[in-house]
This record gives sequence, structure tokens and C-alpha cells, in this order.
Amino acid sequence: MIVRIGLSSCGIAAGGLLVKEALAFAFEEEGLGWELQQTGCIGMCHYEPLVDVIHQDGSINTYGNVTVDTAREIVVAEMSGAALEKYRIATDREPNDCLAGQVRIALRNCGIIDPESIRDYTDRGGYQALQKALTRMTPQQVIEEIKISGLKGRGGAGFPTWFKWNATRQEPGDIKYLICNADEGDPGAFMDRSLLEGDPHAVLEGMIIAGYAIEATSGIVYGRAEYPLAIKRLGKAIGQARAQGMLGNKIMGSKFSFDISIKQGAGAFVCGEETALIASLEGERGMPRLKPPFPSQRGYWDKPTNINNVETLANVPWIIANGGESFAAMGTADSKGTKVFALAGRIKRGGLVEVPMGMPLREIIYGPGGGIKDDKRFKAVQLGGPSGGCIPEALLDTPVDYQSIKNTGAIMGSGGMVVMDETTCMVDLARYFLNFTQDESCGKCVPCRIGTKRMLEIMERLCAGEGQPGDIELLEMLGQQIMEGSLCGLGNSAPNPVLTTIRYFREEYETHIHDKKCPAKQCKALITYHIEADKCKGCTLCAKKCPVNCISGEAKKPHVIDQNLCTKCGTCLEVCPSKWSAVSVS
Amino acid sequence: MATIREIISSFRDKPGGIIEAYHAVQRECNFLPEETIPIAAEVFGLSEAQAYGVATFYSYLSVAPRGKYIIRMCESAPCHIAGADTLIKAFEDALGIKVGQTTADGKFSLELTECVGQCQGTPVITINSVPYVDLDPAQVETVLALCQ
Repeated sequence: MIVRIGLSSCGIAAGGLLVKEALAFAFEEEGLGWELQQTGCIGMCHYEPLVDVIHQDGSINTYGNVTVDTAREIVVAEMSGAALEKYRIATDREPNDCLAGQVRIALRNCGIIDPESIRDYTDRGGYQALQKALTRMTPQQVIEEIKISGLKGRGGAGFPTWFKWNATRQEPGDIKYLICNADEGDPGAFMDRSLLEGDPHAVLEGMIIAGYAIEATSGIVYGRAEYPLAIKRLGKAIGQARAQGMLGNKIMGSKFSFDISIKQGAGAFVCGEETALIASLEGERGMPRLKPPFPSQRGYWDKPTNINNVETLANVPWIIANGGESFAAMGTADSKGTKVFALAGRIKRGGLVEVPMGMPLREIIYGPGGGIKDDKRFKAVQLGGPSGGCIPEALLDTPVDYQSIKNTGAIMGSGGMVVMDETTCMVDLARYFLNFTQDESCGKCVPCRIGTKRMLEIMERLCAGEGQPGDIELLEMLGQQIMEGSLCGLGNSAPNPVLTTIRYFREEYETHIHDKKCPAKQCKALITYHIEADKCKGCTLCAKKCPVNCISGEAKKPHVIDQNLCTKCGTCLEVCPSKWSAVSVS
Repeated sequence: MATIREIISSFRDKPGGIIEAYHAVQRECNFLPEETIPIAAEVFGLSEAQAYGVATFYSYLSVAPRGKYIIRMCESAPCHIAGADTLIKAFEDALGIKVGQTTADGKFSLELTECVGQCQGTPVITINSVPYVDLDPAQVETVLALCQ
């Protein structure tokens, strides 16, 4: 028997290490010789910690939200050959609903193999694509295969991967670099973290193949300071690959020599932009520069440099092993293959899903995502992080491919989906995104540095109930100018969240400006809390819990909120027993 | 204990190694003490302004002393819509400091961070880079008690 526990950082954050200890303790106490293994994240993060019990005949029982106590119960039940039904969320024959409709290419090994074991990776066909490329394909043929696959960059810009490789390959020069951009920064996107933590060898194999194709001399992974476990596991994988001859001199007996190192970032969102990333690698402030010259012409230390995102690279070994046509057979005419999406926000089942391109948004959110939390009403989904936009309910049937998403005003970005329900104020959300980009602007371009600040001031005004007629038009004009006058992708897209929310939720902006009301009841300056006298039973709970003591009233008699003192913290609403629901917001 | 000069000098031969050198100094000192900047400038052949510019560009590098436990609250949208504001306020109230400050006893610093990629369980904080997910203000005291 093998017991496998999900120990990516999501599993660990949910208490996975304690569950692992509890399992080991139970094995010892019961005198069981069961093997305890670790694995990465299968994507069902909301069920973490996840435990798989793999029987001798290969059948699997999967348990979700395992605690220290249930771990022991599971061991006891499984000892007697039975499953513990109440905690079982799936078996090998009946996969969980979350996995229905998924096609796992980039995530093929995540949640299955031990990410710290190169043996686990090679047992599942790992490094065979590399061997195939090195022994049976020329670099040009590798690029041709990627071209056939139609693979586009998964990090945001969606540029054809083969084109970048080819451009770097054709540049003259003895020294060329291959960089893996692991500076995943879009809020709500965590597929790269999961890949690096759950299947680091897939990314390395993709890098080595890419290195071979562009004839690079070395590779560098630029990893985020925010992802310590990913960096640790990747470092371990690099050591293993070196020891087994997949990295270093004359890889796998071929003439190709290549090695990979890791450089850690230090917390700057803009460093996901490729020229800023290169500046950071060179030990400078991470500020973007004008293109051209493109990195393929003059990149890291002015040498031809190719930069690919983590997920893009993880797809590469699969494409080489299975052929570009198999990859191109999935997806739509302009967006081939599969894409990993991170589901976050007001969604029932937060986590990662990998589906063929072209699946409608609705199917992703209500299929693997399970719908909206607390069965509230869907309002919008934010795609593409702070560079992206909000897609409203009316467009929920939009197929997820690069062009269709772009047509809505949002962008595919790296695939983070932040789902919002009726309780989210779109004006406040746009303000929040703008606050983020304003904070993260490197300051080089005036329209981005000062323009986002001015936009933010207007947004803050709207949320404070001080909006003026003409503010919407002013935002639109400023947004347009910032997009035109900024040098890099951050500035080019910073106004997007504001502009798309104006486009789809204009009436919400107008209500803030003209009626001084927040329909979602989120903007504190625009709402008031009341106690309805006919419903209040005078239980005194709200008065006791109010942090500013602004609620008065005798026991068993209706209470009153002093509006002059109220800080609108919402505590009274929270504590009022649901059977009375005497506190209302308007 | 290695001196700051020794730490920085060990990255001398790494092209563009100044950020790694700063990380290494921080691992030892928890922040970048004042003498770090001129030494780094000298070792990497930069002006002090450039060396200082790098040190202050990145949010994980700090030229001011920080607490033993660095609590970072995620300031990204998924955490925001999950009530990060209330959680930050709860931490500020419990510690008696504002975001960006360190407690007088040098035990806690409160900072904001970009998305830490744990959006399956918002709101999220990290304490010395270890993520804690699905927090609500009522759990603040329990979380702080873990920092002993």
C-alpha cells in the first residue's frame, strides 16, 4: 500500500505536513509497512490536504480536507480493506467532478509524481522527449514541430513560441541565453508555482529542449522571492538532472552542452516584463526598456536571449514526444492545445484546471469551478490580472481563446480568473487594481507614473462619494493617454480594469457619482447601517460587539445606531442572529 | 558570523550578483545595514546611488531594521474581495502598529506583498514567507501566538 499526500505549498498551508506526521505515526502504531509518499498539487486546492490511498491492485481512494484526526480514521478503515466514505472525494474509477472535462498536458504529472524524485518523472516518460530531440531531430526540426503545434506563450502576451525561438536561433553569436520567466505575478494566477512545485523536471526538460533548438549556451530561471518552495524544488531537480547527465557537458551523449541556474527576484511585479526581468538579472533596478532591440537580438548582457514562461516550457516535452499535430488537434483555430486556469475569488472550488482552449467561460466556472460561493449570483470574472479586464455575465459564453477574450476588452494573460459575485463593487475593484499598478509602476514613463496616480485619485473620489459629473469621461481620456504613452506592457494595460468596468458596468459608476450610492454595498462612505426597530429583539449583542460603542438601547428593546459615530465596520450586521436579521444596509 | 564585506565579496565574480548578495546579507542580518550599500557599490563597481537604487527598488529588500517575524499581507485583488482590509486592520490593532512599521520590541513587522500565489484560500498572509490561508480577523491572536 502506498499513501500519497499532496505537499505543494497549498497542501502545506492547509496543514499537510501535520497530516503527514499523523499518518506516519498511525503506520508506526499499527505496525504497518505502508509507504508514505509526497506529491504536488492536483489542482483541487480547496480539498487540501489531499491523501491518496493506492492499493496493491492499483485502485485508489482519494480523501479530501484530511485533518490530523481523520488521517488516523482513514488508516484504520483502509486497514480493514474498507474506504472511509464520508471523507472520500474520488476513486481511480470515479474521478472528482473538478477533473471532469480537463485535459492535462502541462499539468500531466502534478499531483501524481513525487516532484523531488527524478525517477518518478522518468518512469512517466520524462526526458524521453529530450532524448528524441537530441538524437533524432535537428534544432530546426524541433522549432518546426513547435510551429506545427501552434503553441503560444502562456505568460501573457500570447506570442507564437516557435517564432521567438527561430528569431533567437537566427541571430549570429556564440553565446545565447534561454531564460525561464518564473516571475508569475498576476494576482489570482498560481499555475507556474504549482508546476514548479509539482513537476519541476517538466520545466527543466522544456528548457533544455528550447536551449537545444536555439543553440543556447546556458539557461537561467528567474524565480520569484514569493515562491520559496518552488525555488527549493527546482534547485533539487537541477542537481538531479546534472547527476544523471541531462544537464552539463554533452547531454545524454550528444554534442549539446547546456546548464541551468536559478536567480531569485526580490519582489517587483514589473520584473515579469521581459526587458525588466533582464535588467533585474543583471543586478539593476527592474525597469523596462524600449523594444526593439528585442531580447532575441540583444538581451541578457546584450546577447541573443529567448524568454519563455513556465507553463509554455512545460508543454514542450509533451509536444516533442507526441508530435505537434496532436497538440494542434486540441483547441480552436487560433489558440491550440490546452491552457491552465487558476480559479480564485468568489468561486466554490478554488484551484487549477487545465482545459482545451475554446471552452466557454461558463463551463469552466460552473464545471470544474463548481459555481459561485454561497450560491450567490455571478457578476463578473476578471481575466489577465491588473492588465486584464472584467467580463460580465452577458458574455459568459465567450470561448476562452486569445482572440475571443481580447474582443471583450480583457486579455488571456497568464490564466488567472478572479470570480466576482453580487457583493463585489466594480468601482472599488477597479480602484483596487489601479492602486496595485500605480504602486508597481517603475516610474520610468510619466504617463504611467503620474497618469495612474491621477486616475487613482479619481477612483478614490468616486468610492468616497465625491464623484463629479464628467469623471467617467476623464477616466476614459486619461486611460487612453496612459496606454499610448507608456513603454511597457504594465503601462500599456494599467487602465484596462477601469476601462472594461466602465464599458460593462457604467451604470454602477453613474450610481456612485450621481446618487452617491454603492449598489454592491461595499464602499463604506456610501452606505449606512440601520437597525430595524420591528425586527430587533434587543438581545444587546450588537451593542456589546460594536468597536466604537455607537449602538444604544435597553435590553429587550429595539437598539439604535448613532450614525455620527458609526465607522461602518459591519460588525453589527455580522453578529445579529440570522433568525432576526434586524440590521440592514442601505 | 561572516562580516557584511565577506558576504558581499563572495558574490564578486557573479555578474549582476548584487541582488543575490543583498539577499545573503538579509539572511544574516534580517535587513540591509547602512554599511551594506558602500561595500556593495565598491565590490560591484557601481556608484553608491546605484547600489542604493537597487536596494530600495525591490519590496523584499529593506534598508530599515525589521522585526524577527515579518508578516506580509497579500494586497492583491482576490484577497481584497475576500476581506483583506478587515484582516489588515485586525493585525494593526493586535500589534499596535501600522503597515510598514515594526513593533517596539523588534518582534513583528507588518508589510504588504504582491500575490503570493495561494489564491485558493483567500485572504492570505505570510509569516517569514510561510503562507497562512483562509484567515479571518478572529484568528489573528492564534496566528500571532504561533510566533514564539
